[in-house]
Amino acid sequence: MATDPLADQAALQGREAWEQEAERERAHGIGPWRLALRRLRRNKVALAFGFLFVLLVACCVAAPLWADRVAHTGPNENHLSDTIRVGGETKNVVGLDGIPIGPTWRGEFFLGADSNGRDIMVRLLYGGRNSLLVGISAALITTILSIVLGLIAGYSHGASDAAVSSLLDILWSFPVVILGVALGVALALDGVDIGPFSVSGDSLLIPIFVIAIAYVPYMARPLRGQVLSLREREFVEAARAQGAGPLRIMFTEVLPSLTSTILVFSTLLIANAVLLEAALSFLGAGIRPPNPSWGTMIDDGVDRISTAPHLAIVPGAMLVLTVLSLNVLGDGVRDALDPRANVRLEH
Amino acid sequence: MTQHRSGPEQARPLANVETTQAEAGGASTDGSAPLVEVEHLKVFFPIKSGLFFDREVARVHAVNDVTLSIAEGETMGLVGESGCGKTTISRAIMRLVDSTEGAIRFRGQDVTHAGRRRMEPLRREMQMVFQDPFASLNPRKRVGQIIGLPLRLHGSERKEIEPQVRELLARVGLHKEHVNRFPHEFSGGQRQRIGVARALALEPRLIVLDEPVSALDVSVQAQIINLLDDLQDDFKLTYLFVAHDLSVVRHVSDRIAVMYLGKLMEVSPAEELYTKPIHPYTSALLSAIPIPDPEENRRRERMVVSGEPPNPINPPSGCVFHTRCPRATDVCRTLEPPLARYPNGHLAACHHPMNVSPEEVKATEKDRTSPLSAGDELPAASGANGSGLGDGH
Repeated sequence: MATDPLADQAALQGREAWEQEAERERAHGIGPWRLALRRLRRNKVALAFGFLFVLLVACCVAAPLWADRVAHTGPNENHLSDTIRVGGETKNVVGLDGIPIGPTWRGEFFLGADSNGRDIMVRLLYGGRNSLLVGISAALITTILSIVLGLIAGYSHGASDAAVSSLLDILWSFPVVILGVALGVALALDGVDIGPFSVSGDSLLIPIFVIAIAYVPYMARPLRGQVLSLREREFVEAARAQGAGPLRIMFTEVLPSLTSTILVFSTLLIANAVLLEAALSFLGAGIRPPNPSWGTMIDDGVDRISTAPHLAIVPGAMLVLTVLSLNVLGDGVRDALDPRANVRLEH
Repeated sequence: MTQHRSGPEQARPLANVETTQAEAGGASTDGSAPLVEVEHLKVFFPIKSGLFFDREVARVHAVNDVTLSIAEGETMGLVGESGCGKTTISRAIMRLVDSTEGAIRFRGQDVTHAGRRRMEPLRREMQMVFQDPFASLNPRKRVGQIIGLPLRLHGSERKEIEPQVRELLARVGLHKEHVNRFPHEFSGGQRQRIGVARALALEPRLIVLDEPVSALDVSVQAQIINLLDDLQDDFKLTYLFVAHDLSVVRHVSDRIAVMYLGKLMEVSPAEELYTKPIHPYTSALLSAIPIPDPEENRRRERMVVSGEPPNPINPPSGCVFHTRCPRATDVCRTLEPPLARYPNGHLAACHHPMNVSPEEVKATEKDRTSPLSAGDELPAASGANGSGLGDGH
């Protein structure tokens, strides 16, 4: 893959940096990662959306700061009978007709209140913490499980491949949401007790685990396919001819060739996991109220969509922004790593 | 001694002595033990199908009863069309595919079914260079890691590896600084040099060269072949040189074996194969070598074989070549010819040999390396003729 030298030059700031880079190249060669990084640096849109995602995560991480310093309230604190002064007028947080106030654009109730008189901005940030925590952890678990299963199934012919593949096929045959609701409801009813481990029904671990399991086949199956084709490649054969064992071949010869796929998949997986979390929470099988999450907030807001549309629109918009930024970033990463690749999460 | 190779490698007294011994016996029984012996080797690949349980429905007869031996220091050329099993033999010797029947011995030690642990000490002594220099180097690894892998696998300290790798790079004609580069930064010829350096790292006795130059440009082919030649002199290497092209192996081989559809057609001292091909198939292969001079090209008598090789799932009865052979008769269709021994350790499996005198035909014997399924019928003197085919080479 030849790169355009002029574009490379432009991507590097200043003559000095360019010379340093050239010197480094002479000594160490240009690795596939360096080439990918260069291509990514030229993709401004992907970088902008990547930055947006980082910003969203940073905001959510900083939720307690906003709650303590600006809004002076917590995510689960009701202000049903409170009043607030906006523009010289005194208003009820929740009107006598049950309609909560809209955005005040001030520190307190910045984006308005919900029907229980809770500050939406605070809940949005705390909910984002939960949504992103569930999404990222689930994507991480899915990735690890998929790598292990994909390598085992792809590299070993015969019984273990058949066992792993049919297990994945069974999971694959259920629509993600149905599997998620079924597992989520079953596990959340009385929590899980396995030996010394006990997880209560409202723990975040349950949606994380459920989402991670539901997405495993979507990543493990393509990985298995890639391992199947990689194991027939001559460089794997060369390693075997030199006496390398199966574990070494899997992890040092095959795995490095999978990293670009893994990286792209896990980015897209976070987006999908955040979406699935929202869907499950919306259906009551994910994060339990009053714990905030974008899904539960949308669920709360749907009932009042005509009188207080901001209740559903605000968390919905956050969801869209997160998923969009991750998808654009994931596409950019994919294009940078292998311009010819056609990796996507299929449903 | 027609089997002397032309070119710079004549200063190899040791190798030539051993080569002569191996040739005199036609194979291996006397003198020093050969480095590699392949005996009645069969490699069949099952074709499986079935809904729930894989059932074997057919077998690809990739290698079908081949007996070969390679003496220490010798270069054995192995030639044939695509799909004739030559690569499978080399992979079976490297224990990359499982043999179905027969035996493979390395230095007299039976390795036919040796597992990874038993092969480990032997891997030091046998290495392989692969056909496609673009596929045989891991694109995600630096050259230093690629060449260093065999060293690491066989217990070298991390610190010792890098200087060794640099040394190897210099030995195969690359720069020492290339150690930190990635494969995609090299040309095909340079990549093949990296492949050679990797095979050389453990200073093996045997290097199996699986079409090492067929993916390269002609000018680069010559460079790689010269490099292989020099290395053979320096390290006293034994080569099994697999090629689909007779012109490539001519100058490097001591002996050449011609394969067709999983069977040996002819085994001959290298030069003699070009001046005196006995098997019609060899003659056809020689006719396929292009000659750059059109005048000469028009003058030569060519033996043209049409069609494709038959399906190795169901090889023809009798002589496997009879379906395409212009000289085939009824006996060829029913009776598999044994490898008949001609002077100079020249073997050919044909009922109607070419380029041999009636006396030579009369004096032939069935060689012990013949396939077990072959008949005892030796070529009849009347069937021989001295057609000048191939003499122009």
